[in-house]
Amino acid sequence: MNAFNRLMTGAALGLALAVTSAPMGIAETPANMLVIANRIDDITTLDPAESFEFAGSDVSRNVYQKLVNFDPMNLDAGYQPEVAESWTVSDDGKTITFTIRDGLTFHSGNPVTAADVEFSLRRAVILNKTPAFILTQFGFTADNVEQTIVADGNTVTITTDKPYATSFVLNCLTSTIGGIVDMKTVMANEADGDMGNTWLKTNSAGSGAYKLVSWKPNESVTLQSNPDFYLGAPAMERVIVRHVQESASQRLLLERGDIDMARNLNPEDIAGARGAEGVVITDELRGRLMYVSMNQKHPELSKPEVRQALKYLIDYKGMEGSFLNGQYVIHQNFLPRTFLGAVDENPFSLNVEKAKELLAAAGVESMELEVGVREAQERIEIAQTLQNTFAQAGIKLNITVGTAKQILARYRARELDVYLGAWGPDYPDPHTNAGTFAYNPDNSDEAQATGLLAWRNSWDTGGLTEKTAAAVVENDRDVRSGMYAEIQATFRETAPFAVMFQKIEQTAQRENVANVNLGGATTAVSYWPITK
Amino acid sequence: MAITDTNGGRRRAPLASWIKGTCLTLGSIAVTMLGLLFITFIIGRVMPIDPVLAIVGERASQSTYDAVYLQLGLDKPLLVQFLYYLWDVVRGDFGMSLLNARPVSEDIARVFPATLELATLGVIIGIVLGVPLGVIAAVRRGSWIDQIARVVALVGYSMPIFWLGLMGLLVFYGILGWVGGPGRLDIFYQDIVPSRTGMILVDSAIAGDWSVFRNAFSHIVLPAALLGYYSLAYISRMTRSFMLEQLSAEYVTTARVKGMSERAVIWRHAFRNIRVQLITVIALSYANLLEGSVLTEIIFSWPGIGSYITTALLSADMNAVLGGTVVVGLIFICLNILSDLLYRVFDPRSK
Repeated sequence: MNAFNRLMTGAALGLALAVTSAPMGIAETPANMLVIANRIDDITTLDPAESFEFAGSDVSRNVYQKLVNFDPMNLDAGYQPEVAESWTVSDDGKTITFTIRDGLTFHSGNPVTAADVEFSLRRAVILNKTPAFILTQFGFTADNVEQTIVADGNTVTITTDKPYATSFVLNCLTSTIGGIVDMKTVMANEADGDMGNTWLKTNSAGSGAYKLVSWKPNESVTLQSNPDFYLGAPAMERVIVRHVQESASQRLLLERGDIDMARNLNPEDIAGARGAEGVVITDELRGRLMYVSMNQKHPELSKPEVRQALKYLIDYKGMEGSFLNGQYVIHQNFLPRTFLGAVDENPFSLNVEKAKELLAAAGVESMELEVGVREAQERIEIAQTLQNTFAQAGIKLNITVGTAKQILARYRARELDVYLGAWGPDYPDPHTNAGTFAYNPDNSDEAQATGLLAWRNSWDTGGLTEKTAAAVVENDRDVRSGMYAEIQATFRETAPFAVMFQKIEQTAQRENVANVNLGGATTAVSYWPITK
Repeated sequence: MAITDTNGGRRRAPLASWIKGTCLTLGSIAVTMLGLLFITFIIGRVMPIDPVLAIVGERASQSTYDAVYLQLGLDKPLLVQFLYYLWDVVRGDFGMSLLNARPVSEDIARVFPATLELATLGVIIGIVLGVPLGVIAAVRRGSWIDQIARVVALVGYSMPIFWLGLMGLLVFYGILGWVGGPGRLDIFYQDIVPSRTGMILVDSAIAGDWSVFRNAFSHIVLPAALLGYYSLAYISRMTRSFMLEQLSAEYVTTARVKGMSERAVIWRHAFRNIRVQLITVIALSYANLLEGSVLTEIIFSWPGIGSYITTALLSADMNAVLGGTVVVGLIFICLNILSDLLYRVFDPRSK
């Protein structure tokens, strides 16, 4: 549905709701059941070794425990012990030994043991699915896991190839891929040596607060509470996530009381639901960033003054206050707020005169650029705004809209002048973004480091690569945080990236639903603390 | 044997003709399906979507990308890929969904009954209301009933279905609370009756669970009425047009002159002669509904084949797209055959 249709629908709904005085009979979901409307058509697998999508992470976070995990009621505290009761780090900083908590059981009734932890981590490395890089970046390979991930009694040791910051390693273990699976159950369902991958795509074998009852693609996910959960049985005995594609349908279901939460309301429906009886709107910062990048192969864009000028030609406030209202907040740094090392400096604002001065200093009177944009409404609207403000300084911006394949292929091939896109962290550690925005050890075409945003924009980071490499092995948390702040200060001024916005997720929920935490910028939603 | 000897020649001729006709029909089905599969397959391969990227994600390493690329057989020539696929389809294997790793045939078996149930109810509403409306509009041409039928049809043709659906939801579900909301059942009724046909109305009736039946009916009635309305608009206009043609024919005048009652003239003579044309109209209308009304399915969170194919297409899940296309193609072919059979029943000339 395009923007016009959305607007038309929202307006019609709002008008109809406003003019009618007929009372709406409000239904209610049962007190021990949480019903959520969400778009869950991105789920492709529920195997924690493979799952890498938002809706899949929501399921996984509630079904699988990890060695360390985030407390949803205190995300700022960082990772906390979960399956690992404690851990020690060797003097050389390369080996971490985890002591496994006693008394944990899987949903099958099997105890959670060090052997299960060893199996789960080794399995994720051996299967080498999309998110495997989160573990393999520590030097784990299918060939060396028997030496690098080892269970002994009730302890598990992992040995990395370099002395990485402990916080970096542990943050990565809080990701979905760090989920601990029930080895006996999984291997009982192995087929053709797949280590249970096919079976786990649609089933669960965890020890978390909930177990999976069913996943009906594009229809629903149903979870049943685990009465033996180590933090106590969750108040919500059943959680049903219904796939409701349309925002207006979600809003109607919520206002009728047939669901407890609506997670995909568009700005028009958020505005409408805000005044509805018994409905409250909550805002939560997520990790997704919206940015513009400039290809350094372009002779003009490679000039520092031009890069600066373009950053002054973006109407951050105008967009934040209009079509992005409530959905994004201005943020000009590559680490999302709430991440370790995040800073809140936003020095750029629309200043056409200053931009003109910078362009004149660079000897640029006018130029024509092509911006590649994937076919998403908000991105296209941002591109159109950029087109307008760039034109004020004599820069003609041609917008090329295409599918992911078309645009990403050109971006990865370093062919686009300018790219407008979004980036979300892969795991809750600053290195996830620093390692792509500010790290590019080999800027040659032959390096083909297509996963690095710096490489895609042909940017030799001018020393930030070394600083990023140093930060990831710094063990002192405060020092490490300061290192990222320093990297970002340089990055803001010199990088061919204009980070513009950070995502806000607005959720509408019934007012009796309490303790909802969607996971902020670092993790996924947690159902177990929720009460009604 | 004596009978066979005596009449064998005469009996074999129709049998041979029947066999020949059946073979021709089957051959035509096979060629149609082959063409459909080939075109869809080629379109799927040349479309600017990347099934590998859809599976591994934007950030996967080149080695992961390459591994999946090989796993999907995309390194082979297009024709070879198509032949592999064709061989699997012939054996009833549509392959696995690239995205959810389930057999496509299972997915289709899950989503198609939802569409079948909705479309059937929708077309029944369209026929029951549309045919009499068209007949009356033709008989009373220019009257207020004709004008109403015209407006009803015009609105049906021109009103965006998503808007009408949302307004229906708002009024009948949101405000009046007369019908169930989006989805096939309230959460309390889900998974109560065993799925035999996948059509909840039928399954609940078989199980004798009338509370589930009532709940399912309250959910289906609005989207079915919406689809029925669009069928009604088409069927009523076509019925009116066919009837006007018949009513101006000389045999109708003759019948009237002979003193036949107006009811008999309309229903026993004029209407009988438009049945064959109506069958085509209804079959087309039904086929369109069975193809899946994507917007209706989205608004009403109806997990049918329309939204399944659309989601698969947008996600580059080509096995699912091809599987869905084959099913839709089969629907059209089956309805064509059914129409042909009904022609024979209603039109003595075709016997």
